[in-house]
Amino acid sequence: MAVIAPTDFRKRKERRKWQGRAFFVLCLLAITVALGMLLVLLIYIGMKGWSHVNWSFISSFPSRHPDEAGIQSALLGSVYLVIIAGIVSFVLGVGAAVYLEEYAGRNRFARIAQINIANLAGVPSIVYGILGLEIFVRSMGLGKSLLAGGFTLALLILPIIIISAQEAIRAVPPSIREGGYALGASRWQTIWNLVLPQAFSGILTGVILSVSRAIGETAPLIVIGALTFVPFSPDGPLSRFSALPIQIFNWTARPQAGFQEAAAAGIIVLLIVLLGMNALAVILRNRLENRS
Amino acid sequence: MEEQANSHDRSEAPRPRNRRMWHGVPLERVIGFFLFLCAAVSVLTTIGIVAVLVWEAAQFFGEISFFDFITGTKWTPLFASKHFGVLALVAGTVQTAIGAMIVALPLGLLSAIFMSEYAPNRIRGLVKPVLEVLAGIPTIVYGFFALLFITPLLRDVSGGISVFNGLSASIVMGIMILPMVSSLSEDAMRAVPRSLREGAYALGATKLEVSTQVVIPAALSGIVASFILAMSRAIGETMIVTIAAGQNPNFTLNPLVPIETMTAFIVQVSQGDSPTGTLEFKTIFAVALTLFVFTLFMNLLSQYIVARFREAYE
Amino acid sequence: MLQADPILQTKDLSVYYGANRVVTEVSLDVLRNRITAIIGPSGTGKSTLLRCFNRMNDLIPTFHLSGEVLFEGNNLYEPTVDATDIRYQIGMVFQRPNPFPKSIFDNVAFGPRINGYNGNLADLVEWSLQRAAIWDEVKDRLKSSALSLSGGQQQRLCIARTLAVEPTVILMDEPCSSLDPIATLAIEELMRELSEEYSIVIVTHNMQQAARVSNYTAFLMAEGDRVGQLVEFGESRQIFTNPQDERTEAYITGRFG
Repeated sequence: MAVIAPTDFRKRKERRKWQGRAFFVLCLLAITVALGMLLVLLIYIGMKGWSHVNWSFISSFPSRHPDEAGIQSALLGSVYLVIIAGIVSFVLGVGAAVYLEEYAGRNRFARIAQINIANLAGVPSIVYGILGLEIFVRSMGLGKSLLAGGFTLALLILPIIIISAQEAIRAVPPSIREGGYALGASRWQTIWNLVLPQAFSGILTGVILSVSRAIGETAPLIVIGALTFVPFSPDGPLSRFSALPIQIFNWTARPQAGFQEAAAAGIIVLLIVLLGMNALAVILRNRLENRS
Repeated sequence: MEEQANSHDRSEAPRPRNRRMWHGVPLERVIGFFLFLCAAVSVLTTIGIVAVLVWEAAQFFGEISFFDFITGTKWTPLFASKHFGVLALVAGTVQTAIGAMIVALPLGLLSAIFMSEYAPNRIRGLVKPVLEVLAGIPTIVYGFFALLFITPLLRDVSGGISVFNGLSASIVMGIMILPMVSSLSEDAMRAVPRSLREGAYALGATKLEVSTQVVIPAALSGIVASFILAMSRAIGETMIVTIAAGQNPNFTLNPLVPIETMTAFIVQVSQGDSPTGTLEFKTIFAVALTLFVFTLFMNLLSQYIVARFREAYE
Repeated sequence: MLQADPILQTKDLSVYYGANRVVTEVSLDVLRNRITAIIGPSGTGKSTLLRCFNRMNDLIPTFHLSGEVLFEGNNLYEPTVDATDIRYQIGMVFQRPNPFPKSIFDNVAFGPRINGYNGNLADLVEWSLQRAAIWDEVKDRLKSSALSLSGGQQQRLCIARTLAVEPTVILMDEPCSSLDPIATLAIEELMRELSEEYSIVIVTHNMQQAARVSNYTAFLMAEGDRVGQLVEFGESRQIFTNPQDERTEAYITGRFG
């Protein structure tokens, strides 16, 4: 057996300590840069646009004059889009999640659907725009309407809604279902009366977060033909439309400083709406956690 | 007795709710079929995407040589002298995506190490949601920020930088995908069992050594998957590059000049007045198909890496 | 008692996690080149006490202590002492084998590498594996993953990994609790061999094991808020045949715990 000579394990001690400290500082720096960027972004936009945010900005139609330009039609367009996308994706998403969790078991279709959903979540949003253009705008003849836009956004957020709804349904303990079946309830009665009420706030949280993603989507709406200058409020589901991000995009691309301020003001409104929806989701999630 | 009375009533009891019919079909089966249709929509979406892209792109390739498309470096479909070399757009996409990764990779990984190995739970619980706010900001906002804040800043540093350039878009896109890298990497690192860390600490390892020589290797598949997903996200990102990087399909990797990405080109045509059915309009399907193939490949790759190389711990 | 030469000592040691006291006023001497067993019912601070000796408790944010822990007469918890310096001199083997997801060779070489070993690494790895009585089983597959070994082999690999940084003390936290009886016997045999050169402290649930392998035994228990108090400490033979304290007797005869 080899005899090991006394070794000098202390040799690198100082260097290792120094390296360890340097690494910690590096990690701290990285996270500071990341959080700092967020801060800079918010401050910059706030400084640029805050003075522009007022009631007349929200209630006016777009204009060729930056000082008179407003977001009424774009904001309404976004609201309608989100309502359509929210309802459609909620029904389809929860239905699909219930099917995959409670009905499908481990069959072939369920496996394919599951892999498919994971991949759909990674498809670039602009590709959904092209799908919407071909299917809703052209094949179904909806035109470049709110309905086409809402359906497109619904498909875009569907994978996220299905995944979060599945998680919420999976979190309901099996004993609840067994309790239902033991009383002679059918599968659907058990799901409708016992499982879904338990999972509801979790599902709703996921829907709200997904819908808030839809509000900020720009690219697919450009592709299906959202307008950048809409001096009228949408008057029905087949009306042509603009949306808040589209309006911001249009103003950002203009050289006049006044429009850039209007864009920043539009961003502030958009972020406030998003913040409100996220706060709602957090409140719901907390209520859910407190209950269980 | 009460019970007997009840049992007599049973013959006249209403039909149990769970046997209700709907047009002669048991309600249960109708509902089951409806739920199946909901799940089928997601599969149909994929089929729809592939069908639309392949069908329209096939028509495009009926007029333009597929070989010229994938090997050409000149992209001028909207000009009088038309060239359809998609590599000019691919170069723009790859350049900005790689640039974004150069920003997001070190920052994201170090942030993940900070949260997983250094930060006390209280700090982590505070920092992580704030970091995820970055992921929730609409890309149009990042585009605005890139063009009107980062670009002027870069041009102050060097006058040789164009108003539209890949660098500004890369930096901002890097910030955008950073939470994806940090969040997924951190999840992978936290899944490494405590006992492995303790084993290394018990041998006299410092935090740096535990992080880089034990935790990162053990979580490598998850970390690499997060990189690939973030890269795929950067490739498909549209608004930042459309606003900040320009609409000049230059076949170059120079980040200081205007370029055009695949996504920005699709926006350009969509905004323009090319009538549907024209060759100009059909280009967007060929480009979108290329984009779709890129991102699909990366998503599948990341799933494969997670499934294949995951270390199974109890 | 041949030589009363303590290598580790605790003096009035109390350990807290936040406001909870989990070890209460323990004063204990661990003698050089002997095996000291710490026994007692679950939740009486045995592992916590063990982890004070190599400052592994530092990793828990709410941990703090009062009293002293001495290693070769020096207080381990002096502010000037760096925990990483302590840990390679006082090695530790854990309850469940925890090999790194690396090759067998890299597992053993990990400690020497980070500590800047400048001798022949291959020799050191071989020596450590031989010392841990696993060399013959793995010498042909040093490059394969450590996770491919059986539980008992993994645990001996972890012992080899500990030996490779040349500690003077080895702490063992229920090293056999996840192993089958045959693997357990192999580890116990190994401990007896190692005790010629190393001082070993072992926490165990298994009283037969303590009686079989240890020279000295400490019995910890909880009474009211005095969690983790040392009831009795002495030569194992005496503790297991003629305990002085009736609570020790009650425990080893199986009347509680």
